[in-house]
Amino acid sequence: MSNEATLHSKEVVHGAHAHDGHDDHEHHEGGFISKYVFSMDHKTIAKQFLITGIIWAIIGAFFSVLFRLQLGFPDATFPWLESILGHWAKGGRITPEAYYALVTMHGTILVFFVLTAGLSGTFSNLLIPLQVGARDMASPFMNCLSYWFFFMASVVMMSSLFVQTGPASGGWTSYPPLSALGDASIGSKIGMDLWLTSMALFVVSQLLGGLNYISTILNMRTKGMTMTKMPLTIWGFFFTAILGVLSFPVLLSGFILLLFDRHAGTSFYLSELFVAGKALSNEGGSAILYQHLFWFLGHPEVYIIILPAMGMVSEILAVNSRKPIFGYLAMVGSMFAIVILAFLVWAHHMFVTGLNPFLGAFFVLLTLLIAVPSAIKVFNWITTIWKGNLRFTPGMLFSIGFVSTFISGGLTGIWLGNSSIDIHLHDTYFVIAHFHIVMGVSAFFGTFAGVYHWFPKMFGRYMNNTISYIHFWVTLAGAYLIFWPMHYEGMAGMPRRYYDYSSWESFKQFADLNHFISIVVIVVFAAQLLFVFNFFYSIFKGRKVTETNPWNATTLEWTTPINPGHGNWVGEIPEVHRWPYDYSKNGKDFIPQTVPLSPEEEAEGSH
Amino acid sequence: MQAMSLQRNKIHPHKYSLWIAMGSITMMFIGFTSAYVVKRSQANWYTFQLPMIFWISTAIIVASSVTIQMSVMQFRNRHMQRYKQLITLTAILGVAFAVCQWIGFKQMNDQGLPLNGPASVSFIYVIVSVHLLHVLGGVVALLVMFARAFRTRVRTYSPVPIEVAATYWHFVDALWIYLLIFLSIAR
Repeated sequence: MSNEATLHSKEVVHGAHAHDGHDDHEHHEGGFISKYVFSMDHKTIAKQFLITGIIWAIIGAFFSVLFRLQLGFPDATFPWLESILGHWAKGGRITPEAYYALVTMHGTILVFFVLTAGLSGTFSNLLIPLQVGARDMASPFMNCLSYWFFFMASVVMMSSLFVQTGPASGGWTSYPPLSALGDASIGSKIGMDLWLTSMALFVVSQLLGGLNYISTILNMRTKGMTMTKMPLTIWGFFFTAILGVLSFPVLLSGFILLLFDRHAGTSFYLSELFVAGKALSNEGGSAILYQHLFWFLGHPEVYIIILPAMGMVSEILAVNSRKPIFGYLAMVGSMFAIVILAFLVWAHHMFVTGLNPFLGAFFVLLTLLIAVPSAIKVFNWITTIWKGNLRFTPGMLFSIGFVSTFISGGLTGIWLGNSSIDIHLHDTYFVIAHFHIVMGVSAFFGTFAGVYHWFPKMFGRYMNNTISYIHFWVTLAGAYLIFWPMHYEGMAGMPRRYYDYSSWESFKQFADLNHFISIVVIVVFAAQLLFVFNFFYSIFKGRKVTETNPWNATTLEWTTPINPGHGNWVGEIPEVHRWPYDYSKNGKDFIPQTVPLSPEEEAEGSH
Repeated sequence: MQAMSLQRNKIHPHKYSLWIAMGSITMMFIGFTSAYVVKRSQANWYTFQLPMIFWISTAIIVASSVTIQMSVMQFRNRHMQRYKQLITLTAILGVAFAVCQWIGFKQMNDQGLPLNGPASVSFIYVIVSVHLLHVLGGVVALLVMFARAFRTRVRTYSPVPIEVAATYWHFVDALWIYLLIFLSIAR
């Protein structure tokens, strides 16, 4: 039986040549197009997500370099800026409009296109079938569609960078009324429409992907792979997908209403406005309504970003400590708690919108509750590596870096979760520092850890270690050097999103600090280009993998051939007998999940 | 590739995906209806009567749920002629539903309740048309099923596609009834 038939087709073929012709997409040995472009193999789709994500990451990070030039050197001019940005950088200085566009696109690209699609798109696709023991996703076709919707979203977003009035520039949250009124700023014209279109396509892509991830995990696990025998990576992807399918549609609702306000003259979000001295006819709308709808996704979104990283880090820490993960069920339970709480805290982004302080108190309480599962996870990661036999592979270093940044960024979350402190710190650099460390840098560390760790599975080669170590240390030191000082700026009240702080007496004192931060940004950006070079160079020229299980790991993906074909396993899918964390057990370094329990283990009632 | 074992499936993955998708669509409408509730609690909420034709469209979509369920039974019994007739009828009822909703919009517009009127009116247009898009999606799915039923070269014996389509159809039906009740009560 061909693989495709085993996957989902129950159609009985009549006639001698039913196998040629139109249905050759079901035969992946076919041409270049069906193998590399419209592929339905989850591993190829994962690589497509990863490489698209890397391209977006370079663009998004480069934008931050550009606006950091403005923030760090507000008086300087860079003639080369004019040659690449044209009238957006007249005289070599970024214009305010360009600055807002860059800030907005930096946020949109990194939050959605890199850390949502690039991160969970890559690793959910790669690891779910490989680690649960499935031939492919529940619906390979929908999986393929998911990538191509993401691709279309990318094309639309990219094209918005080139329209005459520029891309959306009302911030990555696109709050109305600014985003709803084309006359309010040039960034709210066609660029905003393209942004909304692109995001709608993006939501569709995420839903198609998420459906597949959930349905594959729940239905297509191999024999013996009970839910509690799944690696924590899979739990991470599972909870991520649940968050996605439940919260992205609400965001879409918010966007649909916004589109109607923009083009059909409705007043969902608009009321009693004056633009350029003219009174608008819109009456009775509420801009806060959008914020509720947006943050109902927006808050789960940060967990959509961090949960896959948490799962992968748990796995990589255990593998490279040669120790079982500490508190497996506590890890799963805390992820579950995070998922539940994710839906109940959105209004902590809205403490200063005139939210009833009594209501705010509940959101404070629920927000602070998130510290409990987060602390459990941190404790378990540290106890996992405690007295372990640590192997400092690049993946391991980035995982340890993840724990570090997650702690230092998470702690400031406790400050911000208190409404009374938030009123002072809201929309300051303290918030920037907090979410960049806990969500941006940590999620990137998780991604890097995943790329370094599973690169041998993806491409059958290793990445260069020396470059990886340089990449790690520069990135770790750089992340702290960039974001640590921002806490002080924020405590002093320095607001985010301002174009030039030099005209404020209170913030002039930070000129040198901003200068310093911008230089570090450039260095860190260069280190990321080193990673990109290493990645692409190693795909073609990296040291070849010679054994199927290079990290001596227990999980199923390492039981496949070095370069697995579509269908992953030749012959039978292996059966699972034990949990994935049998390291340093009974005098053995590791016992793969496929090894049956020994009589002694049966007796003691092992995992 | 030929020697691969069968994938173990507990419940057909497409059916499972459909249930999750329905959860997702439900969340979208929860988003709309909660926005509606929030907006309604604010000042200047304008109340009006929903067009009566929405009740006729309700009858049509309930009838179409019955016909699609019958078509599933006919498919299982391999009465392909009846099956084809029933899914065609279902698709026609789906289009009739769309026409009724459209007439409803026209009536509202003619009564001086245009899309860009008060927010309570705009909500009706948006919610009803997003629901309608989901019904039309179902009609497209039925057209695909219809084309498949006439294929001679490849015959389908699996009832899964029609069962998936029928479940979805009942879902948009139930969703409409929920929306109608919600919009009638929470005026």
